[in-house]
Amino acid sequence: MTSQPIDDVGLDLTAPEEIPAERRRRASRGLLIWLRMRRSPRFWIGSTVVGLLILWAVFGPFLYPWKANQQDLFNTASPPTALHWLGTDAVGNDMYALVMAGLRTSLVIGLTAGPAATLIAAIVGSFAGYLGGRVDAVISWLINLLLVIPSFFILIMVTPALKHFVTVGLIIGIAAFGWMVMGQVVRGQARSLRQRDFVRAARYMGISTPEIIRRHIIPNMASLLIIDATLGVVAAVMSETALSYFGFGIQPPATSIGTLLANNTQAATTQPWMFLSPAVVLVVLLFGVSLVGEAFRDAIDPTSGAARD
Amino acid sequence: MIAYLVRRVINYIILTVIATLLTYVLASYTLNPEARYQGRNPPMSPNSIHNILAALGQDPNVPVVKRAITWFGNIILHGDFGMLYNNQPVVNSIITRSGISLQLLLVGTFLGAFLGVVFGVWGAVRQYRLSDQVVTTLSFLVLSTPVFVLGVLLMIVATRFNAAVGHQVISFTGQYTPGISGVGPVVLDRISHLVLPTIALVMTGAASYSRYQRSVMLDVLASDFIRTARSKGRRRGSAMIRHGVRVALIPMSTFFAYNFGLLVTGSTFLETVFSWHGMGELALTSITQHDINGAAGSVCYVAILVLLASTLSEILYAALDPRVRV
Repeated sequence: MTSQPIDDVGLDLTAPEEIPAERRRRASRGLLIWLRMRRSPRFWIGSTVVGLLILWAVFGPFLYPWKANQQDLFNTASPPTALHWLGTDAVGNDMYALVMAGLRTSLVIGLTAGPAATLIAAIVGSFAGYLGGRVDAVISWLINLLLVIPSFFILIMVTPALKHFVTVGLIIGIAAFGWMVMGQVVRGQARSLRQRDFVRAARYMGISTPEIIRRHIIPNMASLLIIDATLGVVAAVMSETALSYFGFGIQPPATSIGTLLANNTQAATTQPWMFLSPAVVLVVLLFGVSLVGEAFRDAIDPTSGAARD
Repeated sequence: MIAYLVRRVINYIILTVIATLLTYVLASYTLNPEARYQGRNPPMSPNSIHNILAALGQDPNVPVVKRAITWFGNIILHGDFGMLYNNQPVVNSIITRSGISLQLLLVGTFLGAFLGVVFGVWGAVRQYRLSDQVVTTLSFLVLSTPVFVLGVLLMIVATRFNAAVGHQVISFTGQYTPGISGVGPVVLDRISHLVLPTIALVMTGAASYSRYQRSVMLDVLASDFIRTARSKGRRRGSAMIRHGVRVALIPMSTFFAYNFGLLVTGSTFLETVFSWHGMGELALTSITQHDINGAAGSVCYVAILVLLASTLSEILYAALDPRVRV
């Protein structure tokens, strides 16, 4: 930016000290985003909460004597005690062990289905926006059609037919109905990127369309996609919980947060710990993930939210 | 503008028709209406099952495509969406049940949107102050809670409240208590059943609208015409209301119109938790009862609502924002 060190009045406008070339090179977009993120309390709180929950779900079972679905018939419907840290449910299953198992399932589905939806949005949206014409017309029409169909009702029609592939089926189903809004955003971005010189140059050099999309279009929307993938985790966990809650998602004996909430709703008003333990873990997890997502958004888009003055 | 809207609406109608037909075909493959009658005691003969299903237009021996065409032909010719498994016409059930859903949704939605606007403006004006931080954190917490979890949590609180008062002040199963007569008691009874679902709706609505309103309001506050209004000598408060809030409400109104259409799917969860017999319950039982007509009818109903909502939000946007002239 220091193209003119001396202005027409004769004042020296040179910066007091030159930024070392090596430091300037490192001030890439990624570094800039990280520098902003580092100062965001939302990022630190959110990532700590999510990190601890993941560690707990993976390693917690090794540090706890009870297994999920191991009934203690002497202590059915017991409130939290030293023996059962979060109490037991109506048939004597240990709630602490169940919540860890359920959280693991919900995490697997959330962490795969959310980013998978973003991946679909990135690929389909880029092709529609970059190619334009007939491909664009067909894809846009498909997006509108999927937006009109109430996805929840379609998913509950399909999932009972899946039987042994419920988890994989849920991941595919949730991703297949979760990409449309982001797909429209990506399409718009790709349409404008297509006119930019570096994309044109690549095209005239004879680089193939998939290669241009992989190397030039998608990396230029990386920040947008990261935000979407993070917040997509929240949406995916919510979908899984809702489907399982209504009996159309994960089926017993497998456990997810949704099945735990469903099994213990009846007892919620009389024996609240059975419902509260999975509910609190779910809310804390989603709260943590949303904080990380919002911190990304603030760091990437200076005109939004907390980064603005 | 009119030509544009007409084209939009025609396109949406085509989408709705295709969505409905696709659902009908999908439901015909995944749902199994025969299961409804099998395993009964005394067992029904395959012949009578066959006759019942044929009367419903769901004869498994007729190809799916042919059934779909017959079903769709009846909609076009007679406005007839067929019968539910309990021999009620689909259209009549949808009308009664959407009335019930509307009772559940009406107060909560508008109150939630209103509070959302208030909190959003408040948060934008007092950005980064303690009140803004508290409102922001609370709305993130509410948005991280699925609405059915929120409903059950409210039921737990209400039980404690009723026990503390020593009287069933808040009721949370169904729409009303059977066997109450007299205008006063009936109204009170209805209100006592509405309290919890309404609180749940107000909380989720206020949380999501306040986030949206806050960000729109921040954009408006940063714009030139606010500075102009201030430099003309308007006081801060009056510049905020006359020039700020009014402008910020334009995108909000379209957001609201669009969301209202989507709310029916969301109300499914609240209806189940609080045992209301609304539209959401109809869609759910249609699928659990393997009722193809009911499932396709419900999907068509939601698609029409989305169509209406997005058309309404486009008209509102064009009418309110002088810059939009298509």
